[in-house]
Amino acid sequence: MKPSFAVRLAAAALAFWAASAFAKDIRMATTTSTDNSGLLQYLLPKFEADCKCTIHYTAVGTGAALKLGQNGDVDVVLVHARPAENKFVAAGYGVNRRDVMYNDFVIVGPASDPAGVKGMHDPLVALKKIHAAGATFVSRGDDSGTNKKELAYWKAIGIKPGGPHYLAVGQGMGATLTVAGEKQAYTLSDRATYTTYASKTGLEIVVQGDKKLLNPYGVIAVNPKRYPKINYRGAMTFVKWMTSPTGQKAIGNYRFKGAQLFHPDYGHPPH
Amino acid sequence: MDLLQPTRQAFALLFGGDPELWQIIWLSLWVSVGAIALVAAPSIALGFLLAKKRFPGQRAAVVLVQALLSFPTVVIGLVIYLLLSRRGPLGSFELLFTPWAIMVGYMLIAFPILVVFTISAVQGADPRVYETARCLGAGRFAASLTTLREVRFGILAAVVNGFGRAISEVGCAIMVGGNIAGLTRNIPTAIALETTKGDFAQGIALGFVLMVVALGVNVLLALLQGQGGLR
Repeated sequence: MKPSFAVRLAAAALAFWAASAFAKDIRMATTTSTDNSGLLQYLLPKFEADCKCTIHYTAVGTGAALKLGQNGDVDVVLVHARPAENKFVAAGYGVNRRDVMYNDFVIVGPASDPAGVKGMHDPLVALKKIHAAGATFVSRGDDSGTNKKELAYWKAIGIKPGGPHYLAVGQGMGATLTVAGEKQAYTLSDRATYTTYASKTGLEIVVQGDKKLLNPYGVIAVNPKRYPKINYRGAMTFVKWMTSPTGQKAIGNYRFKGAQLFHPDYGHPPH
Repeated sequence: MDLLQPTRQAFALLFGGDPELWQIIWLSLWVSVGAIALVAAPSIALGFLLAKKRFPGQRAAVVLVQALLSFPTVVIGLVIYLLLSRRGPLGSFELLFTPWAIMVGYMLIAFPILVVFTISAVQGADPRVYETARCLGAGRFAASLTTLREVRFGILAAVVNGFGRAISEVGCAIMVGGNIAGLTRNIPTAIALETTKGDFAQGIALGFVLMVVALGVNVLLALLQGQGGLR
């Protein structure tokens, strides 16, 4: 005997309900660099196909991304600021932090290179020289991972950034590079975003290739003990996929204008 | 989320005389006041002419200015950006990402408000004022001034509205100002971007200031209007 229409309808509704309850959308907060570089547009469709789920993300600075996680507004964060990440986990906001990949920072500046730092490797020496030359430096000033890194450099060389030659824009990497281009100033950028904006701003890479410029990314699930309603299962699906051989391979395979920008490093961080 | 703590921090910043905060407030005020001061006279004159003078295309001109009222401020920002950018026609002046660029934006934003308010104020005036002044021997210019004096509260409302729109505008100010701390960061851009940073105290303090300014200016307007305004 065939099941009646009503029974089939109920079964379909039940299946749909179960699917939606199971495969609740995942919400992620991440940094502007993973978005601007096109990495997420490349990775997330692969992840969604594998997990048969949907992931939404908002691209903000690392500080803001961690704040979203702290407030339970997202399920998972993908960020790059190790000290802040450790604090986030230690404070009980996040769990299961994993290394996933790294890329690197570069110092970029105008072609005229008024501070004469072109070709240098050590960011500390270069920043000292830029400061001494009185050249203009544009800072993210938005508490992002890049901003934290930059401030750590200044701190390491004992300079308190400020004054008329230090412009903090409080915006994303793209806007910061645009201001730097207009002001013919130096700035610290992740390589990916710089590459996207190189032709638009006319800025050139002046400092690169030092170990201090490495930029490791971590993925952290938001602590379900603090926010029982968040999609912890989905968050962990994402964390596991990103650290799986499939996810790691996908990260390494991503090319932007022919160049590899992100290097997978789960289980073997270079730093 | 705890709302009490950032609010308490906000008032500590305000009344503790936090230099960064007060610099943002000061910048907002002088750029807005400057823009209105520069654009008020020509806009009021144009509004008066559009209300009084009959010429071909007058109606079209009025409609155009009225349309500008609902012109998106981000488009004004875009136009100024393209003009002032290093690669734009006026790039050599290096005005992009300076307070002057924001001031130009505010002028363009306030302009249609001033014109349209002036038109309706002048059209609402008794035409006999102008005629009587002329009869009593006033020249055209003097008679026009007499009419404007007659509708001064309407004109004042125009100025206040233009100022209110300018000081609260965010899109254009971020685009052409760049939200640079200590240089072009004003109240609305700071609120917008501090919130994205998850730093609410400064946003609350600045929002409070913005509301006090709005309220203060309108109370002042009502007081100036005296009986006429509050009737």
